[in-house]
Amino acid sequence: METILGLDLPTWWFLVIGGLITGYGVLDGFDLGAGSLHLFFKKEESRRLVLNAIGPVWDGNEVWLVIAGGALFAGFPLVYGVVLSTFYVPFMLFLVALIFRAISIEFRSKEPWLWWRKMWDISYTVSSTAITLLLGLVLGNLIHGLPINKEHEFTGTLLSFFNPYAILISFTTLSLFMLHGAIYLVMKTENRLYTRLTVIVNNCSKFFILCFILTSMATLIYVPHMTHQFKSHPQLFGLPMLAVLILLNIKRNVDARKYYTAFLYSCIITACLLILFAVGLYPNIVISTTDPAYSISIYAAASSVKSLKIMLLIAAIGTPMVIGYTTFLFWTFRGKVKLNEMSY
Amino acid sequence: MPSVEILSRIQFAFTIAFHYIYPPLSIGLGLCLVIMEGLYLKTGLALYKDITRYWIKIFALIFGIGVATGIVMEFEFGTNWATYSHYVGDIFGSALAAEGIFAFAMESAFLGVLLFGWNRVNKGVHFFSTCMVALGSIFSALWIVIANSWQQTPTGFRIEGHDLQARAVVTDFWEMVFNPSSVDRFSHVIIGSFLAGSFLVMSVAAWYILKRRFTEHAQAMFKVGLGVAVIAALMQLFTGHRSAHYVSKYQPAKLAAMEGHYDSSAVAPMYIVGWVDNKKEQTTGIKIPGGLSFLAHGSFSAPVEGLRATPKEDRPGAVNFVFQMYHLMISIGMILIGLTLLAVFLLWRKKLFNQRWLMTIFAWAVLLPQIANQVGWYAAEVGRQPWVVYKLLRTSDALSRKVTADQVMFSLILFTLVYMLLFTLFIYLLTRKIQHGPDISENAETEYHGYYHDNITYHPTKL
Repeated sequence: METILGLDLPTWWFLVIGGLITGYGVLDGFDLGAGSLHLFFKKEESRRLVLNAIGPVWDGNEVWLVIAGGALFAGFPLVYGVVLSTFYVPFMLFLVALIFRAISIEFRSKEPWLWWRKMWDISYTVSSTAITLLLGLVLGNLIHGLPINKEHEFTGTLLSFFNPYAILISFTTLSLFMLHGAIYLVMKTENRLYTRLTVIVNNCSKFFILCFILTSMATLIYVPHMTHQFKSHPQLFGLPMLAVLILLNIKRNVDARKYYTAFLYSCIITACLLILFAVGLYPNIVISTTDPAYSISIYAAASSVKSLKIMLLIAAIGTPMVIGYTTFLFWTFRGKVKLNEMSY
Repeated sequence: MPSVEILSRIQFAFTIAFHYIYPPLSIGLGLCLVIMEGLYLKTGLALYKDITRYWIKIFALIFGIGVATGIVMEFEFGTNWATYSHYVGDIFGSALAAEGIFAFAMESAFLGVLLFGWNRVNKGVHFFSTCMVALGSIFSALWIVIANSWQQTPTGFRIEGHDLQARAVVTDFWEMVFNPSSVDRFSHVIIGSFLAGSFLVMSVAAWYILKRRFTEHAQAMFKVGLGVAVIAALMQLFTGHRSAHYVSKYQPAKLAAMEGHYDSSAVAPMYIVGWVDNKKEQTTGIKIPGGLSFLAHGSFSAPVEGLRATPKEDRPGAVNFVFQMYHLMISIGMILIGLTLLAVFLLWRKKLFNQRWLMTIFAWAVLLPQIANQVGWYAAEVGRQPWVVYKLLRTSDALSRKVTADQVMFSLILFTLVYMLLFTLFIYLLTRKIQHGPDISENAETEYHGYYHDNITYHPTKL
């Protein structure tokens, strides 16, 4: 098989998709976290400030999901079909939650009435939380493995998604995004709201540490296939160690009021956890709990060599452009949020 | 309960038709915004600044719903049409990925600056962002239409595997991108979008003129909208002709359905209005004899391939539906040309804005391009049936095998309810925005009362 820099094409595309999903987690992660925290702020002005902190960027962040979806469709069409049709109901709820998140942000400020704003506030928190939990649920089930038969067909029921491990991953994702969102908001706010947020960051980090410990233990005990790679490549154990060190660093930086550094670390930890997941999965994408032989590997699922090459070229040209726009956007809206007449 | 196939088709048709209300408006408004803001930069008049800022707000509302309903479309391929996804992934997937990375990312990033950047960046950078958003929305359409056109006229591929494992694999990327119909269909779609956006601008402006509010601003908006609309309406005649021509060449069964033409040995007429009886295989109505023959072969006496040339199981069943949708689109296209030319003539004679009857028509005419865009797609997509990829993959074979009718019924009901809510909110908020009108920068005090007295700025006509 053809290789580029020692890696074969399906592996490259696996990395591209991993990078895109990580990009989505890092970027939309803080929007979703901020959404989950929204109802903790009681004053109208505070709510407007936290909403406008993500105002100009959330839409661009969501695009990473669209690109990741397109990349999965293009690179591993078999997996795209199998995963989406398997998780039919969770994905439909996910899509509806995405719609509600978008319109809550968009419509909230359009009317001054108290009930109107309250309604969209609740809808915003509920939909952001639902998106996070559903993403976590899908992720948890993918890590855990699915009852997939020889024809790549799912043989379980809707209830089989709600296993304890997947639910735990759901809550870990929620705690991670809430922490990430809180740190982002600390970075963007000042005065009393800022002080309030530093307390929230502390609580979120406790919640996250608890989930992190539980997830690590549950993975070691219940999901042995995730640890295969680590046993054969012991240097990979550096990754979870790194995650723990970063976690400690976040708290240290927040205490020292270095929010930019703290935010950088919370981005890295999100990436770190997704890389751990990808390493554990590789070279499979969908793991069958019925028989390991029925698992779908990247080689079985990959598009043709020609198509992968074309798309790698597209990614190579497109990624610097996307990073360019994103940087320009974040640079334009750097610093603390200020409300003006165009704000939400 | 209906079958999974029927439910999935209804769901896809419903969600795409609903989604398609918004992107054409975004694309058309994007162009109008570029012109308005360009005029502001060129003239420095506050008037153009006011209308640009006003339309940016409406653009944001439309764009937001377009994005939210568009993500549904992308994932629906995988959820409901898993076999199709596997079949076309190698080809369709790369177009979708290219859309995301080249178009959507650009559009969304610059949208942030467009909406919230007035005080953060200088005028030039803001104008640049507006251009990028407009361009991004056009690129988006480009990749999506390429993917859809490949389904209509597939080229640049080969088939690998058999039966349910079969899939199309790219052999030539550029041949896939520039398949025989993509250029014609893209231009037709984009110009249809320009019409949708410009008619919205004119509709709102005409309403203000009728209500004698913001008259000066409304006239400026109307002229921008009319400029785009008149050129687009005339160009649509050309792209429409090109599209019909490709259909005659590559999808004869669809063309035959559009004109209700059955007999391959006969000269084919073109109907102005008509009715198809698919059981008796007869079409009646007012027609131009040999019109279709001329369109397809450049001669009024050449026979045209009819529906009977295609076996019944391989040709569209809803012939009358395709016929009616196609003819409705064309009739609307002609009306749009007439309306815009008349408006341009009256503008030239300086009597456009006191023709209240015409302003009333323009206030309602916003619906016409919307209907034409919708029914044009209905004709194109229903006319392609029973194929999802023309002559390669049947719609009935493209489904997700493990999804049940209960599940699809659940999601269909869910989307129906959510979209009904979404549409109600959209219309409500749009109406509120229109009633509020642009914020006028010169006499800022008046807007605090929430009611604008415009008799100062109203100039009936300068004859």
